[in-house]
Amino acid sequence: MAKKVAFLQGNEAAAQGALYAGCKFFAGYPITPSTEVAEVMSVELPKIGGKFIQMEDEIGAMAALLGGALTGAKALTSTSGPGLSLKQELIGYGCIAEIPCVIYNVMRGGPSTGMPTGPSQSDIMAAKWGTHGDHPAICLVPASVQEVYEETIRAFNLAEKYRTPVMIMPDEIVAHMRERIVFPEPGEIEVIDRTTPSVPPEQYKPYDTSFGDVPPLAAFGSGYKFHVTGLNKLPDGFPTTKAEYVQAEEERQVRKVEGNAADIMKWEEYLCEDAEIIVVAFGSTSRSARFAVDQARKQGIKAGLFRPITFWPFPEARLLELSKQVKAFISPEMNLGMCAGVIKGCIEGNAPILGIFRVDGEPINPDQIIDKMKEVK
Amino acid sequence: MAFDYDKYLRPNKLPHIWCPGCGHGIVMKGLIRAIDTCGLKKEDTAIVSGIGCASRLPGYLDFCTLHTAHGRAAAFATGVKMARPEMNVILVGGDGDGTAIGGNHFIHACRRNINMTYIIMNNKIYGMTGGQFSPATPTGDKASTTVYGNPDPAFDIAKLAIGAGATFVARGTAFHANQIDKLIAEAIQHKGFSVVEILDDCPTTYGRRNKFKSVIEMMNHLKETTVPVKAAEKMSPEQLKGKVLTGVLYKEEKPEYTEEYAKVIQRAQAAK
Amino acid sequence: MENKLPTIEIIEKYCKGCYICVEFCPKQVLEIKGFVVSVKNLEACIKCMQCELRCPDFAIKVTA
Ligand SMILES: Cc1ncc(C[n+]2csc(CCOP(=O)(O)OP(=O)(O)O)c2C)c(N)n1
Ligand code: SF4
Ligand code: SF4
Ligand code: SF4
Repeated sequence: MAKKVAFLQGNEAAAQGALYAGCKFFAGYPITPSTEVAEVMSVELPKIGGKFIQMEDEIGAMAALLGGALTGAKALTSTSGPGLSLKQELIGYGCIAEIPCVIYNVMRGGPSTGMPTGPSQSDIMAAKWGTHGDHPAICLVPASVQEVYEETIRAFNLAEKYRTPVMIMPDEIVAHMRERIVFPEPGEIEVIDRTTPSVPPEQYKPYDTSFGDVPPLAAFGSGYKFHVTGLNKLPDGFPTTKAEYVQAEEERQVRKVEGNAADIMKWEEYLCEDAEIIVVAFGSTSRSARFAVDQARKQGIKAGLFRPITFWPFPEARLLELSKQVKAFISPEMNLGMCAGVIKGCIEGNAPILGIFRVDGEPINPDQIIDKMKEVK
Repeated sequence: MAFDYDKYLRPNKLPHIWCPGCGHGIVMKGLIRAIDTCGLKKEDTAIVSGIGCASRLPGYLDFCTLHTAHGRAAAFATGVKMARPEMNVILVGGDGDGTAIGGNHFIHACRRNINMTYIIMNNKIYGMTGGQFSPATPTGDKASTTVYGNPDPAFDIAKLAIGAGATFVARGTAFHANQIDKLIAEAIQHKGFSVVEILDDCPTTYGRRNKFKSVIEMMNHLKETTVPVKAAEKMSPEQLKGKVLTGVLYKEEKPEYTEEYAKVIQRAQAAK
Repeated sequence: MENKLPTIEIIEKYCKGCYICVEFCPKQVLEIKGFVVSVKNLEACIKCMQCELRCPDFAIKVTA
């Protein structure tokens, strides 16, 4: 049987991906350029008995999301820049209380209201450092409509598997462009559900690490009763200020993601084997970069593309390896050098990083990238 | 017979963190008795709070308890209730938590008329952070950030709830302890968003600054400045001057949010 | 049965000596000794339960 195909916008694909992953709860607040996700979910969720709620603001949406997720539902919210800023305190709550959920953030020009309809890639640091305190961060950066669909499913899988909020962040171009998408059959892509307790309610502790770094999570209303707080807590969920517990818990929460980075990280290498110049690019920018690499190869320039699909955790070790073979990295990005800074942090000064940084709402085109390659000595 | 609170308390959590004479403990006991009256099952009941002294309450109760972030209890609770309408959802918190930082979520929960009960412990101050004024601090009162007297007017929380669309609104006091459980029980049994404001006392950060020599004076003040709505009907405007009404202040039947959403599901499935 | 004295149980480790029960007992049955409440006049107790009802700390229980 031929597979179902459609011509979809990135945001619509995200909603469809969420539904494939088993999302049953959506809480959001409208904001350009992400609103289509909410619109599709408001239509589709009630059809399958799921719940959609439009809250009074993004803080409320994030709170309702966490509340819904605690009842066992796979939960999604969608937003963009200013909304992401508002959600930050409660993203931290999701991290410390270890509540799985997915935050779909379309990157538009910032700071503040910035350029609501202009593309940007300037929320990647907010994805890692936006909420205060040490905490785990997972952030995915898809580059096509098909990838938005598949990475949204993966975002849910990672959230459920690691019991933590996961962000998926297409830039505005990816979110709004229309492309052909091929839908997987049911069961074709793995769908992961959170581990629920195997012990009876009397013995259940929500942060019991005897099963590993990711403790099973019971649902409110499923016969288990337990305490959830944003304070540092003991394995039984109750607050503590005891140094040894606080230290161990915070380290575990970060380790649960960093220690499993190999499972979470995903990237694509294109013509990197013999590359002397590697363009590191993600999202829509990576599409220009791929074109530029092809053109450069025709001109005899040994260029390659390194494309992070998971942005956090960042593929540090692989870039360090590649840094030993290249003359230079090029970092085209729709911000003032955030990714370049991250690359710099992992390549131990082995190669220069040439940046193409645009925050004028215009995409970076292949010619700009090829010109930059020609600057490499 | 002494009421058996232990049945609902988590073992080994007492003594609680509240100061000597803090009214939050009196409210917690009233809530427990109300839950007992209503026969709510522990595993089917979520108790949700924000941040503040009052918001530490859920930690003591043996239910599904969710101690959220400052001001966000109503929004978290809305998520819980939407996702599992069959659960009983009770919110607790202070006046600052509920009407300052959480004011937006509060009025919208009222507007939706979602079937939950919100108990606001109004001690007219930010207790936990050491006594800064709240939106419920009367004009002229002293707080750590209004040493020259509070220039801000105060909210009437019950009126705010009524104005925003809550369909059951009651007020009690920490002094009238035997009323608290009755008001809360009636609120829980009401279908829709119910608000119970309990005029409370914070001897540590409010009483001290506002010339109350002891918690006893604060309790007496609650007694002297309040009048049950029934009694007020027979009183003249002069007699009612400076008095605050207690009892069930407002009650109305209106469509409930999760039931309305169930109809949305029906319509969506019919159209499929 | 009517005249049987009640039992007033005081859980000292919970009592914070706030005086609420002492002051609002209609029969002056209670007092603060040291930092916690104690019963000074059990005979006068009319089992009205005011003390138990208002104690914020679960520290006093009256059984008729
Ligand atoms: C976002 C945020 N802002 C400020 C605080 C600090 N804070 C903690 S509790 C509180 C006020 C609590 O007052 P109220 O809700 O009236 O409760 P009470 O302590 O009086 O019982 C404040 C301002 C916080 N925890 N989080
Ligand atoms: S500071 Fe005030 S509100 Fe907080 S516990 Fe003490 S008396 Fe109660
Ligand atoms: S039951 Fe009444 S009379 Fe007896 S000690 Fe308590 S308050 Fe006093
Ligand atoms: S009211 Fe309770 S805490 Fe206060 S003195 Fe009496 S027994 Fe102790």
